[in-house]
Amino acid sequence: MKIVAVCGMGIGTSIILKMNTEKAAQRLGMDAEVEVADIGTAMGAAATADLVLTSAELAEELTGVAAPVVVVTNFTSIDEIAEKLSAHAG
Amino acid sequence: MVEGLRALLARESILVGVEAADWRDAVRASGDALVAGGATRPGYTDAMIAVVETLGPYIVLAPGFALAHARPSEDVLRTGLSLVTLARPVEFGHATNDPVRLVVGLAATDHTEHTDALATVAAMAADAEVMGAIVTATSVDQALHTIHQFEGIHP
Repeated sequence: MKIVAVCGMGIGTSIILKMNTEKAAQRLGMDAEVEVADIGTAMGAAATADLVLTSAELAEELTGVAAPVVVVTNFTSIDEIAEKLSAHAG
Repeated sequence: MVEGLRALLARESILVGVEAADWRDAVRASGDALVAGGATRPGYTDAMIAVVETLGPYIVLAPGFALAHARPSEDVLRTGLSLVTLARPVEFGHATNDPVRLVVGLAATDHTEHTDALATVAAMAADAEVMGAIVTATSVDQALHTIHQFEGIHP
């Protein structure tokens, strides 16, 4: 599945989110391709994504994205990300 | 080139027990620390504050931990990080991760050079014991010791 990790700048938050999402996917044995996008390019990147991960604040800016937008509250928690990935894996 | 945390975090960019009245003060301290380490010019600090004003407190990535950053710009002289612990926790207005005790400032010249260092920062922030040791460190040496020990364990 293709996952897009969205943050404001595409250099900090989303990179941490990408790395931890890859770890979470690996733990779940999921075949996931994770891309980073900033809020400006997110709409384009999300068009072909199966899932979008971001923060609560930025999720509000992503209305209209076809893929499910999932809010992550602790970007350093692989447990939380794994839980949210498995809920959307089916 | 990808660099570890140790290479990107100058000693001059570590401040412990900073008195910050509010989140702006806290972010400014992390920006001042980047300037002190030669990573940025002061304009980048204003940009980091503007990010929170525009996009909200999403930079509070985990309980107690904010990653202050802005876009790569001409005010970024080199990729670098700063680490600021606060004497008193500060509210950023985040729904679940307030209050903040550790602010890491990030300045990047591109999108890849700092990924290893960020991975270490994220792993440290996720480790309650390490977070506790860093935010209660009373000297730069003590904070550095914790970081170096952690980097040894998590290369």
